[in-house]
Amino acid sequence: MTESPATLDPIANGELPGHRAELGSEAPLRLDSGAVLGPFTIAYQTYGTLNADKSNAILICHALTGDQYPAEQHPVTEKGGWWDLMVGAGKVIDTDRFFVICTNVLGGCMGTTGPSSIDPKTGKPYGLDFPVITIGDMVRAQTMLMDDLGIEKLFCVIGGSMGAMQVLEWASKYGDRLYAAVPIAGAPRHSAQNIAFHEVGRQAIMADPDWCQGNYIPEGKRPRRGLAVARMEAHITYLSEPALHRKFGRRLQEREQVTYGFDADFEVESYLRHQGSTFVERFDANSYLYITRAMDYFDMAAEHDGVLADAFRDTQVRFCVVSFSSDWLYPTVESRTVVHALNAVAANVSFLEVQTDKGHDAFLLDEPVLHETLSGFIDGTVRHSGLSL
Amino acid sequence: MNALPTVGPLRPDLQLIGDMIEPDSRVLDVGCGDGALLAYLAQEKSVDARGIELSQEGVNACVTLGLSVIQGDADTDLADYPSNAFDYVVLGQTLQATRNPKDVLETLVRIGRHAVVSFVNFGHWRTRLSLMLNGRVPVPAGNQHGWHDNPDIHLCTVLDFVDLCEELGLKIDKGLSLDRHNQVREIKTGSHMANLRGEQAIFLLHRE
Repeated sequence: MTESPATLDPIANGELPGHRAELGSEAPLRLDSGAVLGPFTIAYQTYGTLNADKSNAILICHALTGDQYPAEQHPVTEKGGWWDLMVGAGKVIDTDRFFVICTNVLGGCMGTTGPSSIDPKTGKPYGLDFPVITIGDMVRAQTMLMDDLGIEKLFCVIGGSMGAMQVLEWASKYGDRLYAAVPIAGAPRHSAQNIAFHEVGRQAIMADPDWCQGNYIPEGKRPRRGLAVARMEAHITYLSEPALHRKFGRRLQEREQVTYGFDADFEVESYLRHQGSTFVERFDANSYLYITRAMDYFDMAAEHDGVLADAFRDTQVRFCVVSFSSDWLYPTVESRTVVHALNAVAANVSFLEVQTDKGHDAFLLDEPVLHETLSGFIDGTVRHSGLSL
Repeated sequence: MNALPTVGPLRPDLQLIGDMIEPDSRVLDVGCGDGALLAYLAQEKSVDARGIELSQEGVNACVTLGLSVIQGDADTDLADYPSNAFDYVVLGQTLQATRNPKDVLETLVRIGRHAVVSFVNFGHWRTRLSLMLNGRVPVPAGNQHGWHDNPDIHLCTVLDFVDLCEELGLKIDKGLSLDRHNQVREIKTGSHMANLRGEQAIFLLHRE
């Protein structure tokens, strides 16, 4: 199966909505690995209007396979925005009041510089020559974008899953640049189990002969099967056993009885295959390797001799930490660890475990308790910040 | 939209607690329920108000009011706070539901310069009479549980509490009792009358 490399990077076709900022041409981005990157591109989308004193900006940080389109039809899949329930006019993150920014993370594949971008040194896609990046690098790139936009202090940084890691990194390293931090379904470090799941996904990609040692774009190939398997495996971890049971049970897929073969007999198999095959249309396999790696390396306490509280000492940020009772990928205990560290520095923190059977993905779904809590938190933060929004 | 939500009249025991707290102080309310006391303190006394609450409903209600409240309980979620993090730590009608009231009380006076503790007095004459006449474990008014599923696993009387404070070297700054007619009486330390007549007791304490 071959295809033109241009379709691998849809934004390269110049058809995708949103903005792009060329950053790091004067001072390159110094990565945690020691490598330098620059100039580089951040693709981002905005909703709402920035007010005169630039005090009403909310930064949304996306998860592993998210992108900068939380609140509009996706330009590739044509599905609704991944956080349409949360972001929009009159919604929790109210685009009538706030200027909402969402960036495609460093290493991503929707216009921000990543492994599928062209390496200016060679004129070819980076592939595995792209430097390994971290959550810290992603956030540092975002701060450079805020400098570029002239936004000194964000009203709020919010995100779920890997987005929550970025939120924590913002609060820890750039605490004077945000009033409020909302890490949802996150963790202060990636657990051994989560690293293990990521490794299975990466091995699936790398075992696909079409991966071509990371060089599939010049070869005119794509490791579709490997990336689809990685997505199928990861997707299971985003749900929960009760949610899977409720949705599929042991029901058969358009058949009366099992076929005694390896077709997708069960609905759940068919569903996962669909998840895998649609994912490969919008996501780059090497981006998947790099971004999962960035998550694996995330460990906030390690940078502070194992004392997580030291990551937040003297913080003035208001926190709202949220977890979900059935999330076994980033279980409540991880959020509680963050809360205890924040308590230890007497930080201003709210924490809620939402009772739900929807698993990790609950942050993307219709959870009224989550939405009510965040609305209240945002209104409370507006009052405490003294801003006239 | 930016004004604090209006606060209705407080429950009488919460009002007594509220009256013990100085304006502009830092307060942690452990077991803050729907946040009524915290909202009152934030609005009327400009207090930096924080809370801990076990129920999702309670935390949801509090955060929706714009209060800073974490979901947790007194036994497991107080330990990380630094010493003297608060001017007052309030434990309203919660001590009896903790697994280890002694540890909790010690933690309260460590993380707060003062502690305010209220509880249902098991030494009240009705409770005593109820046990004597009925021969069954008395359940204080308003408590829907039986002896087997009552979350109040460490009930105590005014005298029991005063003894524990003495054992832990805690100074009682003020003690008030409240009965069902909202009659408030000062508790004189060691007073058997207060232990008979008070249905609820509220103490302001600090470490000596």
